[in-house]
Amino acid sequence: MEKREFNVIAETGIHARPATLLVQAASKFNADINLEYKGKSVNLKSIMGVMSLGVGQGADVTISAEGADEKEAIAAIEETMKKEGLSD
Amino acid sequence: MTKQLKGIAASDGIATAKAYMLVQPDLSFKQSTIENADAEIQRLHSALEQSNSELKLIRDKAAESLGEEEAQVFDAHMMILADPEFTGAIENKIKDDAINAEAALKTVSDTFIATFEAMVDNPYMQERAADIRDVYTRVLAHLLGRALPNPALIDSEVIVVAHDLTPSDTAQLNKRYVKAFVTDIGGRTAHSAIMARSLEIPAVVGTQSITADVKEGQMLTVDGLTGDVTVEPTADQVAASKQEAADYAAQKAEWATLKTAKTVTADGKHFTIAANIGTPKDLDGVLANGAEAIGLYRSEFLYMDSAELPTEDDQFEAYKQVLETMSPKQVVVRTMDIGGDKHLPYLPLPEEQNPFLGYRAIRISLDRDDIFRTQLRALLRASAFGKLGIMFPMIATVPEFEAAKAIFLEEKAKLIADGVKVADDIELGMMMEIPAAAVLADQFAKHVDFFSIGTNDLIQYTMAADRGNEHVSYLYQPYNPSILRLVKHVIDSAHAEGKWAGMCGEAAGDPIMVPLLLGMGLDEYSMSATSVLKVRSLMKKLSTADMKALADKAITESVTNEDNQKLVAEYTK
Repeated sequence: MEKREFNVIAETGIHARPATLLVQAASKFNADINLEYKGKSVNLKSIMGVMSLGVGQGADVTISAEGADEKEAIAAIEETMKKEGLSD
Repeated sequence: MTKQLKGIAASDGIATAKAYMLVQPDLSFKQSTIENADAEIQRLHSALEQSNSELKLIRDKAAESLGEEEAQVFDAHMMILADPEFTGAIENKIKDDAINAEAALKTVSDTFIATFEAMVDNPYMQERAADIRDVYTRVLAHLLGRALPNPALIDSEVIVVAHDLTPSDTAQLNKRYVKAFVTDIGGRTAHSAIMARSLEIPAVVGTQSITADVKEGQMLTVDGLTGDVTVEPTADQVAASKQEAADYAAQKAEWATLKTAKTVTADGKHFTIAANIGTPKDLDGVLANGAEAIGLYRSEFLYMDSAELPTEDDQFEAYKQVLETMSPKQVVVRTMDIGGDKHLPYLPLPEEQNPFLGYRAIRISLDRDDIFRTQLRALLRASAFGKLGIMFPMIATVPEFEAAKAIFLEEKAKLIADGVKVADDIELGMMMEIPAAAVLADQFAKHVDFFSIGTNDLIQYTMAADRGNEHVSYLYQPYNPSILRLVKHVIDSAHAEGKWAGMCGEAAGDPIMVPLLLGMGLDEYSMSATSVLKVRSLMKKLSTADMKALADKAITESVTNEDNQKLVAEYTK
């Protein structure tokens, strides 16, 4: 299992377009990928799951992946987080 | 069977085509127990796939017609369709509860919708509930085998029929295929009606029953000029409607070329066609129709749209915007015309037996000069930004005009002393709407820079007939020689002193009145912006010499309103 913690710096949190892009990035991999925030864990391939968490600015989130392509998945998600200005 | 309906004409133009029902189909279903969960899940998946390919198509069309940003809402719909938590939950429901796909879809969608709607402190998330509801409807329609109409999918010539059209529906109407639309509800100012006019699609709204009276594919003719809708028209009706549509198209093409043209008569004389406005928002229409000035800016809307007396700065901003936009064309602002049928909640006026003959307009301004001075100061400050004219409403006597002018000059001197920039070419005029003033126009002309004839009030006061009382509405007679003689005297009096005369009532754009006014030498014609091109086109066909002969006849030989109606109709035929 691969795990990484992120601090969300984007003003609007994980919202709208960034949420869409994260879900799209996660959906490319076979691994099970989860987003954990405030003790709640959702499927990162589920747009409604991600949005329902209501992750705001300053939130600490953990993203974990489990499966054959878990390493690549986490790397791709980290890249998306940085590129979209969600974390640094 | 041919059927005739009448609605509200919402957007000009005439069209004939078959009906496209933009109506939500019946999507009712019953929950049932199923035997074969795998087959049911298979059914769900094919509905999801169909929904997805349909959304792709709609998305691309929306991107074309509305732009990439607006199309993104459909991306969001597709992501919901692909959401493993959403589809997974529906599959589990089918398996675990042994219920049909429709019922499982509904239960799962309802749960998600409720979750998002509960986020009351996050309006963005609450709106996402609407996305889920849209997706639910689309998938359900496919499960039930019903076609869900969508304006983006139209690819042949049709007339769209709907109960009502949302702004996004309207925005997706492709002008190439959608020849017109008709709705059950709505009015001329509904958002869809406004969009129809900007897209130039003919529209009739508020027919009450069109969705019940027409079926998919039936022929319709729609007349957006009159509000008439014909279901299954006869061959003759179709031919007549095609002819009207061709005439209208020719007329529109001519009007378009007149937009930037000056107003010139057949014998090469120039007149000014101006527009009437109520607020700065009306400027779009003024510019779109090529008016040569603003002949009447009804400043009372500033007072009526406000919860208290508008401040000098608030008024200044509004006047400045209008003057700047129109510059170098003139803007004539009429000072506050309150009283009569216009009231202000924050300025209680005494109960009166005859409010139209009572305390109104300049009579209030001269009595409450604090309000009047605020308005004049705002106007004076704005005058630096364009070409301003000011006129006082309801002037009955020369001393009233002189008193108003004196206050104006006092405020002007104060502002100049304070170093404020004020234009020195402001024209001061008056409304000609009281018969006593019209009769004495030769004296008034020595004091004013211009006259603007307000026909509605001039007629009601001259005929002693309340314009709002239907029992005496037959006395509203703009072509009555008595009225025309007053109008002519006002124009002649202005010209004798080297001043100009305009008219700012609806009569100034009336096709019977215009030839007569032209014959009497009226200089400026101020009307609703939508009449400007029509009147410019009419004037092109009239020669001033002919119209002078016509007006002379109308004034000296005619006895009644009807005489003159006939006279002009024959002359201009």
